[in-house]
Amino acid sequence: MASFTPTASVDDPRLALDDCGNVPPVRGGGGDDGEPWPGSPDYGTRLRRARLGLFVALIPVLMLFVSFTSAYVVRQGLPSLDVRTNQMVRDWIPVQLPILLLANTCILLLSTASMEFARRQTKREAVLSPAELLPRDLFGDERAMPWLALTIFLGISFLTGQWLAWRELATRGYYVSTSPSSSFIYLLTGAHAIHLMGGVLALFVAGGAALLRRPAPTRSILVDITSWYWHFMALLWVYILCLLEFAH
Amino acid sequence: MATHDFAATASHAHAAPQGFIRKYIFSLDHKVIGIQYYLLALTAVFVGMYLSLLMRIHLIWPTASLPLLGEIKPEAYLSLLTIHGTIMVFFVLTTAPQGGFGNYFLPIQIGAPDMAFPVLNMLSFWTTFLAFMVMLASFIVPGGAPLHGWTGYAPMSALQSSGPGEGLGADLWIISIALFCLGALMGALNFITTTLDMRAKGMSLMRMPLTVWAWFITAILGLLAFGVLLSAGVLLLMDRNLGSSFFVPMGTISGQLTGHKGGSPLLWQHLFWFFGHPEVYIAILPAMGLASQLLSVFSRKPIFGYKAMVYAMLSIGFLGFMVWGHHMFMSGMSPYSAFTFSVLTMAIGVPSAIKTFNWLGTLLRGRIRFQSPMLFAIGFVSLFVSGGISGPFLAQPLLDIQLHDTWFVPAHFHLIMGVASIFGIFAATYYWFPKITGRMMNEGMARWHFFISLIGTYAIFMPMHYLGMAGHPRRYSQLTEVAYLHRLIPLQTFMTYAAFITIAGQFIFLFNLIWSLKYGAKAADNPWEATTLEWTTATPPPHDNFGGHTPVVHNGPYEYSVPGAPRDFVMQTDPEVAATH
Repeated sequence: MASFTPTASVDDPRLALDDCGNVPPVRGGGGDDGEPWPGSPDYGTRLRRARLGLFVALIPVLMLFVSFTSAYVVRQGLPSLDVRTNQMVRDWIPVQLPILLLANTCILLLSTASMEFARRQTKREAVLSPAELLPRDLFGDERAMPWLALTIFLGISFLTGQWLAWRELATRGYYVSTSPSSSFIYLLTGAHAIHLMGGVLALFVAGGAALLRRPAPTRSILVDITSWYWHFMALLWVYILCLLEFAH
Repeated sequence: MATHDFAATASHAHAAPQGFIRKYIFSLDHKVIGIQYYLLALTAVFVGMYLSLLMRIHLIWPTASLPLLGEIKPEAYLSLLTIHGTIMVFFVLTTAPQGGFGNYFLPIQIGAPDMAFPVLNMLSFWTTFLAFMVMLASFIVPGGAPLHGWTGYAPMSALQSSGPGEGLGADLWIISIALFCLGALMGALNFITTTLDMRAKGMSLMRMPLTVWAWFITAILGLLAFGVLLSAGVLLLMDRNLGSSFFVPMGTISGQLTGHKGGSPLLWQHLFWFFGHPEVYIAILPAMGLASQLLSVFSRKPIFGYKAMVYAMLSIGFLGFMVWGHHMFMSGMSPYSAFTFSVLTMAIGVPSAIKTFNWLGTLLRGRIRFQSPMLFAIGFVSLFVSGGISGPFLAQPLLDIQLHDTWFVPAHFHLIMGVASIFGIFAATYYWFPKITGRMMNEGMARWHFFISLIGTYAIFMPMHYLGMAGHPRRYSQLTEVAYLHRLIPLQTFMTYAAFITIAGQFIFLFNLIWSLKYGAKAADNPWEATTLEWTTATPPPHDNFGGHTPVVHNGPYEYSVPGAPRDFVMQTDPEVAATH
């Protein structure tokens, strides 16, 4: 029969290779999908866990685009068989990218700046807010809200710009099925746009949390992980643009 | 009397849910989600076995008319082959060991009250469930299920006109795989974050049970591999529905130009196998971790070479991403590339051998208890060696060219990836059933189940090697039409009867599982006298796993027969023995 000794005094782990196993779970144990609860981990632990989750989640996104890149590079250098002439031909014809993509890039880079301002503002409020005592704090999120709204506006502008760029490509006669290079342009920009839409959705959720007066730490964590995601998306876009423009 | 060290502060993420829907359907509790995954895999494995039985019947009696189904046409045989392979690989071998047992026991074994992101965990299961439903739906749409095999090779899979089943059925197959990838990625995210950030005090990395290491490494493999499969699926869907040409070269079908140009079928193979080979380890690693755990528990000895086991699993995971080309020796790759892939493939034999010898070292001079979990763990080692030994043969490009499209390859991967992993699932079921339900499974039925499964498995899959060496091609649905295969039909017939008996044996397991829920003997708190954290808590574990406490870990996971200890095992939470030893 087991008997439980309610004590937290312990020896040092003999084989510990890291600090993580030494963190008392009374401070950090417990799942976290956003809302605090009685006995929930503190703000720092929740933030660390959410960031870790986000960085882990970015790995498959990265692998997705690494995979697309690999297909893009391989396809460019691949001669293919023309069954009509029975000869191997190189049929990769580069497509000139719409100049609008440069303007879209500027918009997205601007949005990362506004996103960063929003992140820092909400973090400051979370640290200052007595959230542990007053879950529905009274400080509101007024100073971060304009930055969040601006980021949402710029994000939607970017997506609209991408749609206009696709329209321009279509006007010039380049559709998904027109040529291998046009297929890849639609694939890479489209996959990026879908991921960015996820970011815009997260921004709306963060904005909604502020409007609904969720606790400041919760809002801060939402904005923090959305901002890291947003920065990643901006970086990814610059990479995609360089790939499409320069990797020939 | 064991003394457990627990911290007294409650710290669970959410209150215990009330109401049937929140408690059992859309539950956030990792234990309920683990059971949901297990039941999904159990359903899937019986569907998969049924499909395999239909295939075996068709091979021997190709014109037989089956009740409700009628005569199985050759194209239907290929559909059965495709869905059997896909269901078994994704919804059984990936789902049960990782999603099922990993979900249930990883948080408990590291002393956490739940997964890091319970909502994501629930979404992960329901996405997988939806994927399974979509996969089954491919049978009932016009044209039926696809014919292209579980590997989905282009251009067949990329052209809707390439055969019956390659229309809507193939689209559903791809969508199902894509959904599965999303579910698996959500699960992997949870496993990694939970393991890194939610371990109990004292649970350093090198005190984690090898089961936890295996689930953790498997999650990393999944995180890297499923994104690539998802990308391949997106490209395939675009080729099929938007007219792009990623995988389809210019060519003709029935004298008509396809409208595609410039794609490369080999590109699909590269992307698929970059996922596909790590998938083998995604299926087998959890079983390796479990076998290590059980061999130690039931030999009453510490696992032989704990650190070596950890590094071997890490090496297997790392090398697993570098060997995908050995599936493509037939594709006309450069001999230099083939040589590189060949050497790297054989290099995996080194960590695999380390593991095998360590398992044998653990058994050596142990006080072995031949209870049902141990029988299946030993069966796993046997199947792993039997299936693995043919790996170096297939890693030789010249031999592989001879053997690749024969039955030799199904013999190899069924033994090592399929049945070995399933023995791991059985071992886990018998081992953890008392913890999950509070009752023991019937030992007599378990032994019948073990011997029928082990002998039946070898009876089915060992002859496949001989078929392969005799030049019997894979995927042929009608053997009677090929003269040189006539002499091999008796062997096929023997395998079919063996399959009937083996599958019948699985109903013993199913009956035992259901019967023991109600009539099984009451389980003690720690019926196997094991040391890991799940055996320190109530049976079944409470909603927050440790009843408002959090364990504090003082010892490694395999402290058996410790000199000077009052018993032959020392719990991980026992501070008294840690102080004296």
